[in-house]
Amino acid sequence: MLGKLDWSAIPLDQPIPLVAGAVVLVAILGVLTWVVVKGHLPYLWSEWITSVDHKRIGVMYILLASVMLLRGGSDAIMMRIQQAVAYQSQGYLPPEHYNQIFSAHGTIMIFFVAMPFVIGLMNLVVPLQLGVRDVAFPTLNSVGFWLTATGALLVNVSLVVGEFARTGWLAFPPLSGLVYSPGVGVDYYAWSLQISGVGTLVAGINLVTTVLKLRTKGMNYLRMPMFCWTTLASNLLIVAAFPILTATLAMLLLDRYLGFHFFTNEAGGNVMMFMNLIWAWGHPEVYILVLPAFGIFSEVVSTFSGKALFGYRSMVLATMAICVVSFMVWLHHFFTMGAGPDVNAIFGIASMIIAIPTGVKIYNWLFTMYGGRIRFATPMLWSVGFMVTFIIGGLTGVLVAVPPADFMLHNSMFLVAHFHNVIIGGVLFGAFAGLEYWFPKAFGFRLDERWGKAAFWFTFIGFYVTFMPLYIAGMLGMTRRLQHYDVAAWRPWMIVAAVGVAVLTIGVICQIVQLVVSIRNREALRDRTGDPWDGRSLEWATSSPPPVFNFAFNPDVRGEDAYWEMKVHARQQSLAHEQPEYQDIEMPRNSPTGFVCAFFATIMGFALIWHIWWMVILGGLGAFATFVVFAWRDHDEYVIPAEEVARIDRSNIEERRNLVSMAGAV
Amino acid sequence: MNLLDPQGPVAAGNSTILVDSVFIMLVIVVPTIIAILGFAFWFRASNPRARYQPGFVYSGRVEMVVWSIPALTVILLGGVAWIGSHQLDPAAPVPGTGSPVRIQAVSLDWKWLFIYPDQRIATVNTLTVPAGAELNFQLTSSSVMNTFFIPQLGSMIYTMNGMVTKLNLRADNEGKLQGMSAHFSGDGFPDMMFDVNVVSPLAFPEWVANTAKTDAVLNADSYKKLMQQGVEKGRPVYRLDDPRLFDLIASQHIPPGPGPELASEAGRSHSGGHDAR
Amino acid sequence: MAMTTTADHARADPHHIGVVIEHPGPAPKRIVTAYGFWVFLLSDIVMFSCFFAAYAVLVGQTAGGPKGAEIFDQRSVAIETVCLLLSSFTCGMASIAADVRNRFWFYLGMTVTCVLGLIFLVLEFREFADLIARGYGPSRSAFLTAFFSLVGCHGLHVSAGVLWLLTMMAQVFAKGFRADVLRRMMCFALFWHALDIIWVGVFSVVYLLGGAP
Repeated sequence: MLGKLDWSAIPLDQPIPLVAGAVVLVAILGVLTWVVVKGHLPYLWSEWITSVDHKRIGVMYILLASVMLLRGGSDAIMMRIQQAVAYQSQGYLPPEHYNQIFSAHGTIMIFFVAMPFVIGLMNLVVPLQLGVRDVAFPTLNSVGFWLTATGALLVNVSLVVGEFARTGWLAFPPLSGLVYSPGVGVDYYAWSLQISGVGTLVAGINLVTTVLKLRTKGMNYLRMPMFCWTTLASNLLIVAAFPILTATLAMLLLDRYLGFHFFTNEAGGNVMMFMNLIWAWGHPEVYILVLPAFGIFSEVVSTFSGKALFGYRSMVLATMAICVVSFMVWLHHFFTMGAGPDVNAIFGIASMIIAIPTGVKIYNWLFTMYGGRIRFATPMLWSVGFMVTFIIGGLTGVLVAVPPADFMLHNSMFLVAHFHNVIIGGVLFGAFAGLEYWFPKAFGFRLDERWGKAAFWFTFIGFYVTFMPLYIAGMLGMTRRLQHYDVAAWRPWMIVAAVGVAVLTIGVICQIVQLVVSIRNREALRDRTGDPWDGRSLEWATSSPPPVFNFAFNPDVRGEDAYWEMKVHARQQSLAHEQPEYQDIEMPRNSPTGFVCAFFATIMGFALIWHIWWMVILGGLGAFATFVVFAWRDHDEYVIPAEEVARIDRSNIEERRNLVSMAGAV
Repeated sequence: MNLLDPQGPVAAGNSTILVDSVFIMLVIVVPTIIAILGFAFWFRASNPRARYQPGFVYSGRVEMVVWSIPALTVILLGGVAWIGSHQLDPAAPVPGTGSPVRIQAVSLDWKWLFIYPDQRIATVNTLTVPAGAELNFQLTSSSVMNTFFIPQLGSMIYTMNGMVTKLNLRADNEGKLQGMSAHFSGDGFPDMMFDVNVVSPLAFPEWVANTAKTDAVLNADSYKKLMQQGVEKGRPVYRLDDPRLFDLIASQHIPPGPGPELASEAGRSHSGGHDAR
Repeated sequence: MAMTTTADHARADPHHIGVVIEHPGPAPKRIVTAYGFWVFLLSDIVMFSCFFAAYAVLVGQTAGGPKGAEIFDQRSVAIETVCLLLSSFTCGMASIAADVRNRFWFYLGMTVTCVLGLIFLVLEFREFADLIARGYGPSRSAFLTAFFSLVGCHGLHVSAGVLWLLTMMAQVFAKGFRADVLRRMMCFALFWHALDIIWVGVFSVVYLLGGAP
C-alpha cells in the first residue's frame, strides 16, 4: 500500500535532523495558523499563490531562495564544525549523516538558492527593463516557480522521512546506482531535481521568448540594458543545457528503478558517460548562474558611477562568447581520468579562453568607474567586493584549467575554495547587490543602509577567513568530503575556516536584521519617485512598486540607457504630456494552475521515491486534468478600464511631480 | 603532504607548472586589483579633485588593450598547458635507475590493494617502493570510482571498475609519505589513506622477501572477502597466488564489489531508508 | 535638422555603429506563442540528442546478448515509418482546415492522424513486448538499455501527442476555432512534425545503421 515507506523511515535515532525538522514544522504550522487566524489566507491565495504577475513571482522566487539559503547555510556550518573537530576522532557527525549534509549543501545551494535567486531577479526586472507589461507566458511562469518550490519541498522532506543522497551533489554512479546506494536518498535527489528542472526549463523558455520577442517600441537589441543581454545568454544556456540534465537523471533513474544498464558496472554500462553528460550540463550551469550576476554588476556599476556602461558592445560580445564557449569545456572536470595529453590540453586551453571575455568584463567595469562620480551605496560595495574577489577566483580557476596543475588540485580543498570563491564572490554577491538595488522597486521602500553595509563587511571578511584557509589546506594535499582525518597540518586551517563561517553567519544575521529594521522604518525609507538611485534603465521610469500593468503607456525608447535619455530630455514619462489619453489595458488573469500542478507533482514525486505506484498514477492524472481544465477556461485575461489606469497613473505622477526635483539629472 | 615539497620528478613538474602559472597570472591580477581599488577610491563622489567624465563610455584603444591583455596571458598559459600536458601525461614514462617496478592498484570499499605481480606479493593500505626506480602503476576499482593520489609524488588518477588507467611515478628520497583516495566513494572514504614507504633500492628486495614469507594467500576467494564493504585498520600482506588476478578484476571476470546489500544482510532493515546505517 | 538628429543619435546611442535599426515593439501573441514553442522543441531535441549519444556509446556493449541486426524486424519498422510520415501529412491537412475554419476536414485530418499514431504505437508496443518475451528486455545489456530508452522516449512523446491531439479535437468541438485554440493547434502541429523529424533520426541511426549485419 505504501511502497517502501514505513515507520523506520523516520530517523528516530538521529536527534539533529529530527529536531531541525520539528523546528521547521512548528515554524511552518505557526505561520500557517497566524495566516489563517488573521484572515490573510484569501489575500495570500488571490494576490500571491495564484498570481501570474512577473513581479510577484520574482519576489516569491527570491523568498524561496532566501529560506533555502538558511537551510544550505546551516549545512555549511555543520560541515565546517565537523572538520574543525574531527581530527583523529569521528567528530560529532557519523559518516552517513555527514555525507548527506555535504550532498544536500551542494544540491540546495546550486538548485534551490542560486538558481531561484537569479531567476527571481530576472523575472522581477527584465520585463520592466524591456518596457513591457509581463513575460511571454505568465501562467507558465507561475507553473515554473511552483515546480521549483516542489523540488525544494521534497529535499526538505528527506530530512525527516527517509534520507538524502550520500553521494555528493552530482551523484556519480556507480556509487549512486542501486547496488551501492540502495536507500531512497538518491531517489529524493533525482526526483526533486527532475521536477524543479522542468520548472527551470519553463522559466528559461519564457525569458528567452520575452527578451527576443517582447521589447517595447524602439528597444532594439543594442539598446537593451546589459542585464537583459545576460538574461538572454543565461536562459539560452538553460534551454540548451537543462534537457541534458533531465536526460542524464532519467537514465540514472531508469538504472535504479527498472534495472537498465546505462551507468552500471555490469552488462556494459558506462560510468564515464555519466561524467560527460552531467558536466555537459554542469559547466554551462555555472555560467547560467554567473552571467545574470555579471548583468547585475553592469547595471549597478553604471548607475552608481553616474555613467553609461563602458564598452557596451564589448560587453555584449563577451557575454555571448561566454555563452558559446561554456559548452566546449566540460572535460576539464575530469582531466584525471587519463584521457591523454591532446584531449586534456585542448580542453584546458578552451577553458582558459573563457577567461578572456570574463577579463574584458572586469576591465570594462573598471573603466566604467573611471571618470565616474561613484556613490558607495550598498549595491556598489557588493560590486567592488565582487570584482576583487572574483579576480582571485578566476586566477585559481585558470590554474586548475592547466592539466598538470589540476593533477594535484583536482577534488582537493583548493578546488572547493575555488568554486566557492566564484560562486559566493560572483553569484551570491551579485544576488545581494541585485536585492539591495531592486528592493525599493519591488516594495516601494529602500533597505537600511547601515545594516546593509555591516552585512557586506561581515560577509566579505567572513568569506576570506573561511575560504583562504581552504586554499592552503588544498595545497597541503587535503581532499574534499573527508568526514575525519589524521593529518595534523590540516587542523589549524580547518579551525580558522570554522571561525570564518561564524563571521559569515553574522553577515547573514545582519541581512535579516536589515530586513526587519527596514520594514519597521519603511515610511522613512519610502521611495516616492520610483527612481531612488538616479537610475538609467526603464524599470526606474515607473512607480515603486510598479502598478500591476507596469507602464500606463509602453515607453518609446530613443537610445541606450532609455530612462536616462528620458530624464535628460525631461520627457519623463507623461510628465511632459498634459492630458495623456489613457486606454484600457488587458492583463492576464490569475490562475491556480501552477499551484495545483505543483501539488500533484509533489504527490507524484513523493510516491515515486517510495514506490507507491497507485499514488503515482493519481498524481499523473491530476496533473493532466489540471492542464485540461486550464486549457478549458474561456477568459484568460481581464481588462483594467482606462479610468482605473488613469487614476493609478495620475496618483503616481502626482507623487513624482512633487519630488522629481530630487531625482537628480532632470 | 605539502604539494610544494615534491619528492619525485612528476610532483616536481606539477608543482613547478602550478607555481609558474600563478606568477604569470599575478602579473596581470595584482595591478588589476590595485586599479579597481584605486579607481573606486579616487572617483568617489566626495572627491572634488576627480574629474567627472560621463562621456567616457567608448574608446577603441582601451578596448584593444582590454581584449589583448587577457588574450596574451591565455596564449602564454595555453602554451604552458599544452607543453605541460604532454610532458606530464600520467602515462608518460619516468626514467629511473634500476629496473621498473610494476604495481597494480585496486581500490576496494574502502581500502587500497597493491599487487606486485613480478614479486608475487600483495599489500593492503601500504605501498612500499624503492627510491629512484620507475614505478609503473596499473589501476582499477573493484566497485565505485576512486582516485589514486600520493600528493608528494604527483599526478592523481581515477580508478574505475572494468577499466584500467595507467600512471608512472618515481620517488626520489627514502622516507614515509602518505597517499589517499581523492574521489568520494562512500561511508568509509576518509579511511582510504595509505602509507607509502620509500625504501632504498637495496632494502626493497629484502622487504619483498620478508613479505613473501606470510601465510596469507591472495586468490579469488580471499579477494572476495577483502572486497566486502568495510574499513581495514590493519596492514595485511599476502602472497600472490595468481599473477593474473588484476586482469581478472579489471576484466570483470571477478564481478564487482557487492555494495551494502550483501555485506550487512543481517543488519539490513526492510525499509528503504536506512539500509546501511 | 539632419545634423541635429545625427548628433542626438551619437549621444543617445554612443555604441552604435552605422544605422540604428528601429524596433516596432512587442510581437503579436501568435508569434510569441509559436516562438516559445519552437524554443521548447529545440530543448526537447537536445534531450533526444543525449539519448542518441548514449545509444552511440553503448551500441557495441551487447554483453553477450543480441546485436541490433538480430532483433530488428525491418518490415514492422517500415510500416511504422510510413504511418508516422503519413500522419505528418494528415496533421498538416488538419492545420490548414483549422486555419480556414473547416470543421469537417479538421476532424477528418485529426482522426486519421490519431489512427495512424495509434497504429504506430501498437506496432512499437508489439515490438517491445516481443523482445521482452524473448528475454531481450532493457536489462539484458547496455545496448538494449539504450535502444529501449531512445525508441521508448520517442514512443512516450507520440503517446503524449495522441493525448494532446484528442484534447485539441475536444477543444475545437467545445470552443470552436477561437484564437487561443488555434494557437494551441499550431503548437500541436509543430510538436507532431518535430516527432516525425526525430523518428527519421531514430529510423536511420537505430534501424538502418544498426540493422546492417
